[in-house]
Amino acid sequence: MTSIFAGILKKASATVINIGAKVWVMDPGVNNILNSIAMPDYILDAVRSIEGVKYAVPLYSGGALVKLRSGMYQPVTVMGLDDTSLYGHPKLIQGNIDDIYAENAFIVVHDEEFPKLDNPTLGTTFELNDHRGVIVGIAKVTSSGLFGTPTLYTTYRRAIQYIPSTRFTIDYILVEPKSVEDIAHIQEEVQKLGYLALTKKEFMTRIANYYKFKTGIGANILMMTAISFLVGLSISGQTFYTFILENIEKFGALKAIGAKSHELVHMILFQSMLTGLTGYGLGVGLCSLLMAIAKQRIPDYASQITYYNLGLAFVMVMVITGISSYIGIRKVIKVEPFDIFRG
Amino acid sequence: MIFSGVDMADVAVQADHLEKWFGAGRIKTYAVRDVSFAAHLGEMLYIVGPSGSGKTTLLSIISGILKPDSGAVLVEGKDIWGMSPGQIADFRLNTVGFVFQDYHLFPRLTTAENVAIPLLLKKQGWKESIDEAMKYLDAVGLTDRAQLPPVKLSGGEQQRVAIARAIVGRPDLLILDEPTASLDGDTGRKIIDFVKQHILDEKRCIIIVTHDSRIFEYSDRILKMEDGRIVDIGKGGISEE
Repeated sequence: MTSIFAGILKKASATVINIGAKVWVMDPGVNNILNSIAMPDYILDAVRSIEGVKYAVPLYSGGALVKLRSGMYQPVTVMGLDDTSLYGHPKLIQGNIDDIYAENAFIVVHDEEFPKLDNPTLGTTFELNDHRGVIVGIAKVTSSGLFGTPTLYTTYRRAIQYIPSTRFTIDYILVEPKSVEDIAHIQEEVQKLGYLALTKKEFMTRIANYYKFKTGIGANILMMTAISFLVGLSISGQTFYTFILENIEKFGALKAIGAKSHELVHMILFQSMLTGLTGYGLGVGLCSLLMAIAKQRIPDYASQITYYNLGLAFVMVMVITGISSYIGIRKVIKVEPFDIFRG
Repeated sequence: MIFSGVDMADVAVQADHLEKWFGAGRIKTYAVRDVSFAAHLGEMLYIVGPSGSGKTTLLSIISGILKPDSGAVLVEGKDIWGMSPGQIADFRLNTVGFVFQDYHLFPRLTTAENVAIPLLLKKQGWKESIDEAMKYLDAVGLTDRAQLPPVKLSGGEQQRVAIARAIVGRPDLLILDEPTASLDGDTGRKIIDFVKQHILDEKRCIIIVTHDSRIFEYSDRILKMEDGRIVDIGKGGISEE
């Protein structure tokens, strides 16, 4: 559950990761990269004039419908990069970045969504709002997006020319500060303008918080995780308690022979820890295997095992193990060796 | 002391006015009532009596398992019920060997590992304990069964494994609870004969709780109980019939 959630969160922040800007300026109402609120052009000039800003460039982010050569329509995400600097452009695996300045030029991202554009090659043409588009480069990115749409990169000017937009067109301003120490000042100054400047990490956190707390995904995942935990606890606790009950006479016999209560407690803890850790290892291994298979079969499958997931699962397993042991330990401590004699 | 005529030097266990009751008020029931006796080193003492006569309760009290409500138990001169719980556990581990009625062998362990348990509880090393256990398995004639789990053994063999486990720690006091209850007459007699011939010596006392009259002939003395009291202490060596 938590791996799926981690995968969703990573994919939700894919654009922020791929563009890689250190500081993002946006409307305060933005809480998700795709739901951007365009800003007037003068904000770009104002940001550029803030002390500590090395440079600032506009970024267009929008959606469009592409008509493929097969006649099919496919929704895409279009990123418009600053014409002069092409700041945040992806790494090309085919083609030349300068070709983006050619007529109708677009760069397509080769990710899990790539086949949805009929696996285009260099020179493949398509239609976008009655405009002709040509693939001039194929790029790789660190992370693909959450919503299962292919991504096209072009210049900012071409993006706002091809795609119908509102009066304002700058979705984000990407800022390169002169130094890390300047970021706080830049954020203060941007706030005075009535906008929001976030570091890459802060923006990713904001997006994550949006999905966690405002979409219901977080609550549902939390509930499913809690239910899984309770089911695991009840099954494990019951199994372990049954094991203790089945062997209670043996524990009594050990006590009669001369085993001390703390030795039996250590024995039970060792057994439960060993079982718990074996289960944890098998669980993590099996999950990894299933996720690997799922990712091969389902390109959009959002799942990712992070150290946080592993740590959380480990803590949960330890809590389950601890509670299960505690129930068994109480029973074993209470058993009287006399009961063994009495039969 | 109650046994003024007895040579105290060879007394292994001395029970002095033991009482044990369960419940309180109107439902207060005496399991053991004013019981005093002595068991000697080199002696095989039987405690016999009908079900509910208090044999097992008495056995539990003198072996450090059940605390009496009054009276004292001296084993090798030490008042065991004046000890702390940890000391009593050590006393059971070092001084007493138990053979339970249902053996209570551990089915997941091999026969040798079962025998080695008291040594492992004494913090002896694994290999050393197994080697020692093998000697005692040899003594009870089960060397070839060492690597088998107890469930693969017959009832008589399991009983011998339980005896090997009880004596592997070289206890001075060996307690056998109904040792022949699950065995046929022949096997039962063989087991007790084996215990008398090979386990009993002048440094050890064996106390057996039983109501199997077929093995009475092996006893040195028979202590008969009824309603929690000792009603007779007789000389053993003869069958009740």
